[in-house]
Amino acid sequence: MATGPRTMFDKIWDRHAITQNEAGQTLLFVDRHFCHELSFHAYNMLHGRGMSVRRPARTFAIPDHYTPTTGLEKSDYASEAHDALVANLCNNAERNDVTLFGLDDERRGIIHVVGPEQGITLPGQIVVVGDSHTSTHGAMGTFAFGIGASDVSHVLATQTLWQPRPKTMRITVTGERPVGVSAKDVILTIIGHIGAAGGTGHVIEYAGPVIEALSIEERLTVCNMSIEAGARAGMVAPDDTTYAYIEGRPYAPKGEDWEKSLAFWKTLPTDPGAMFDREVALDGSKIAPMVTWGTSPEDALPITGAVPDPGAVADAEKRAAMERKLSYMGLRAGMRLTDIEVDKVFVGSCTNSRIEDLRAAAAIATGRKAKVETIIVPGSGLVRAQAEREGLDRIFIDAGMDWRAEAGCSMCLAVNGDSVGPQQRCASTSNRNFEGRQGRGARTHLVGPAMAMAAAVTGRLTDVRALGGA
Amino acid sequence: MEPFIRHTAVAAPMDNDNIDTDQIIPGRYLMMPRDERYKTYCFHDLRLDDNGDEVEGYVLNRDPFRSASIIVAGHNFGCGSSREGAVFTLVDAGFRSVIATSFGDIFYNNSFNNGLLPVVLPEDAVNALRAALHDNPGAEVTVDLEAQTVTGPGNLNFSFEIDPHRRHRLLNGLDAVGYTLTFEDKITDFERRYEADGR
Repeated sequence: MATGPRTMFDKIWDRHAITQNEAGQTLLFVDRHFCHELSFHAYNMLHGRGMSVRRPARTFAIPDHYTPTTGLEKSDYASEAHDALVANLCNNAERNDVTLFGLDDERRGIIHVVGPEQGITLPGQIVVVGDSHTSTHGAMGTFAFGIGASDVSHVLATQTLWQPRPKTMRITVTGERPVGVSAKDVILTIIGHIGAAGGTGHVIEYAGPVIEALSIEERLTVCNMSIEAGARAGMVAPDDTTYAYIEGRPYAPKGEDWEKSLAFWKTLPTDPGAMFDREVALDGSKIAPMVTWGTSPEDALPITGAVPDPGAVADAEKRAAMERKLSYMGLRAGMRLTDIEVDKVFVGSCTNSRIEDLRAAAAIATGRKAKVETIIVPGSGLVRAQAEREGLDRIFIDAGMDWRAEAGCSMCLAVNGDSVGPQQRCASTSNRNFEGRQGRGARTHLVGPAMAMAAAVTGRLTDVRALGGA
Repeated sequence: MEPFIRHTAVAAPMDNDNIDTDQIIPGRYLMMPRDERYKTYCFHDLRLDDNGDEVEGYVLNRDPFRSASIIVAGHNFGCGSSREGAVFTLVDAGFRSVIATSFGDIFYNNSFNNGLLPVVLPEDAVNALRAALHDNPGAEVTVDLEAQTVTGPGNLNFSFEIDPHRRHRLLNGLDAVGYTLTFEDKITDFERRYEADGR
């Protein structure tokens, strides 16, 4: 256990440490565990041992990866196998008495949207999911990280995980976020600055005035992409914004429990004088709307920039890598980013599918028409309902866009049938521009929701500030 | 799980940094059960074109490297998605070890649960290894977990660090759940105290 002033991470870690082994690994207790369809490997391993879920009350099953977004009829599924995979998760949940947000449940949606939305994810917890974007939940003041199938099985069986203690990194974003700059631009700037492996082996705490001024939904966007910087997890200290967000949510503590929890949460923020293994500072006032040009999230530039020139790279291996990226992306060195025409726009994913994202998108779409195919997939059934109450669906539909009826991961990883075609170019609010991520040969440009809509209504990557919106 | 003590084999150099788990196994295969087909998903879209023909020049399509069971990569190998399928398909395709300057954390963790040894070496060591493999295609590399060393062509010899717990598990092919259940009393005690506090 750390002594003296402690970071928030130290406090959460220490509270969950059951024991240490002789090799220095810590056995951690897990507060919340969410499962999606790809947990089938883990349930098979669990059942293969003749075991069942140790703590069903701490486990939630929510189908999101393979669910259709057009509706829930058999014909909406990409194939019978997709339908069967979803049914398999529901069966595993039922067999183990795990809480299931089933297909027709309005609360169902992307796990990383639903956890905070329902108040299941709370400050001070350890949250794990067999999904790398579990880092999202850190926005609540939570230590949340993604694990693989074997570790999912381990958590199902024991409600614990062995972990070596990660290092800590504080990223302080100073100044004031300019108008027209979104949380997505903040995190893309950070990743561009520290690199896709900049956070490897570390847990990041985001701090400073720009972070403190973010809404919870914006903090979720920032923490979501911590994994794209290679970090184990990302987190933001809970504050009054956090408490106001949580209060009254279905799974949030109530009455006396609320007061007790609040008192505990207020002990979580990093103590003055606590040491981090690494400190990084960025001037938030200089951040501009961002877009990626390559096939790693670190390939991010302000929209005012140009496609980089491999000719200017001295190292032969790095030059070859950049040439490969430009070839895959179908881009010419030196061309202005705003000259890149897109074929498709996707607004959704655990990064940018919450109500504030949809409002930002709708603000740009209002009174305009889509020039390219544009799909908008809400992050949960409740986000969808809220958007429809606010009339956002009408704005999208009037702009000639495709407002999807069912929540899910959709075109972010393109395993449910929603995908980008070969050599098609997509402006996407998701989190990964890897080769083949949105479909074989698909070319992804990562952007925030307003920037995605700016691309939708102009047919090319566009500085949203030129359209008079954020 | 198959123990890993030492392994000598042809090693394939992969020069690109940030080889993500989407490249190791494309998302469309994640729904597949782990059967005899699983090995064919490995680096699928890098190895094969849209018609299913081999992509000319791709390292694993070159003769000396077809039998490789060690990979020497750059930095941040296995970044991105948590999909353990990336490790499943590497193991099923015969790979026993990946050497790189850094790994995606989740991929690194997953490897130890499947008998795949990820070895972290400094950049100059990894660069020297890859250069030697380019100069001597088909050369063998030995990864020795017991001695914590990597030896390659031209008298290259490096030692590496590894968490002792993970090393022990891999050397003995130990399953994590079985090990954890030996701590059952401690877990139960912890749960009782933790939950009495209303958590």
